[in-house]
Amino acid sequence: MSDSTSIRNVIIIGSGPAGLTAAIYAARANLEPLMIEGEPSSTSDQPGGQLMLTTEVENFPGWPDGIMGPELMGRFREQALRFGTQIETAKVSRVDLSASPFGVWVGDPTTPEPTYRARSVIVSTGAQSLMLGLPEETRLLGHGLSTCATCDGFFFRDHDIAVVGGGDSAVEEALFLTKFARTVTLVHRRDELRASKIMRDRAHANEKIRFAWNSTVTTIHGENTVEGVTLVDTITGEERPLAVTGVFVAIGHRPNTDLFVGQLDLEENGYLITHRGSHTNVDGVFACGDVQDHVYRQAITAAGSGCMAAIDAERWLESNDTH
Amino acid sequence: MSENITTLTDATFDEQIGAATAPVVVDFWAEWCGPCKMIAPILEEIADEQAGALSIAKLNVDDNPDVARRFGVMSIPTMIVFKDGQEVSRVVGAKAKGQLMADFQPFL
Repeated sequence: MSDSTSIRNVIIIGSGPAGLTAAIYAARANLEPLMIEGEPSSTSDQPGGQLMLTTEVENFPGWPDGIMGPELMGRFREQALRFGTQIETAKVSRVDLSASPFGVWVGDPTTPEPTYRARSVIVSTGAQSLMLGLPEETRLLGHGLSTCATCDGFFFRDHDIAVVGGGDSAVEEALFLTKFARTVTLVHRRDELRASKIMRDRAHANEKIRFAWNSTVTTIHGENTVEGVTLVDTITGEERPLAVTGVFVAIGHRPNTDLFVGQLDLEENGYLITHRGSHTNVDGVFACGDVQDHVYRQAITAAGSGCMAAIDAERWLESNDTH
Repeated sequence: MSENITTLTDATFDEQIGAATAPVVVDFWAEWCGPCKMIAPILEEIADEQAGALSIAKLNVDDNPDVARRFGVMSIPTMIVFKDGQEVSRVVGAKAKGQLMADFQPFL
């Protein structure tokens, strides 16, 4: 696997809308990009990115009738392959950005030689869903507890279920789940939704959706499947049970920046810092998509920043005359 | 789809699982499931590489809700390993090929 003799122009780490757009641009610029796309998983850190766990995307320009998230990402990938992007289905286990060419490891991170070397690196590792942090989560994930409404909503026909969260993702999930469930209770720690107005209006207009305001989940009950949850009131501290057989978690995201701690500048909340477009603090390392954006977090903004990163990398390689 | 992959339905499930001589991994999936699509090519590879030792079968939960309900499937992809007609192991959620093979290895 190790091919330390050849030095790549650019390695793209991550394969959501940002990474795949960077790949399309870099490949069309004849940079022969290598994309290390990640490994399949159901916890929102997977090839194709967060859209792989969503249903209909209604706001991606060019798709007036909407398109399913996984299908959209399949098309991005096809386009990246068409121009010669090489894609490896693996997880990056370590990077060395201290000297050029940069080192990128997949598999065993302790080997002295990196798996790949590259003159430039584009970081597009995205963000993944936060879990509640309860000990029973591991046991019940896939048994009534879910992070993927699209995947699992089908199994909750006529059930009473809860969605934890108050942002756009939570409301989207809740609305989607009303197609199956008898009732959907949105459990939110504040007394109003954070979601955009259109989503808030839809949620309030939907008669299957209930609201548990100022509430957080402290316990999920059930040995083999979810049998209910305990909610605590964030103001009074009072506990109360909620009888549900399904719990969907959509409380936000954390950036996938563990690989870069100590090597790239991070904001206090863990997101990568970029300046002058997609430049990071390391010359030749660029970042795009949700890993460096906790404000917009849209497929289209991620794709736009991926394009920027590829152009920045191309210009940087040209000005450093290394290929 | 690989010719080494069988398609099961509510109508054929019991007969085919009962008659199987090698262990069978049944992949519960649906068209609308992103992670199911991610692992589909991996399961095809495993079906070809393990032909004879391990069978891979697919069951579409949309079209075949009875079997999915009987086995209490609440999340897909779910892969249940059957040996001599009995469930011996279950994997919930998409995983990399190496991890999946490690899960199936004890039943080969």
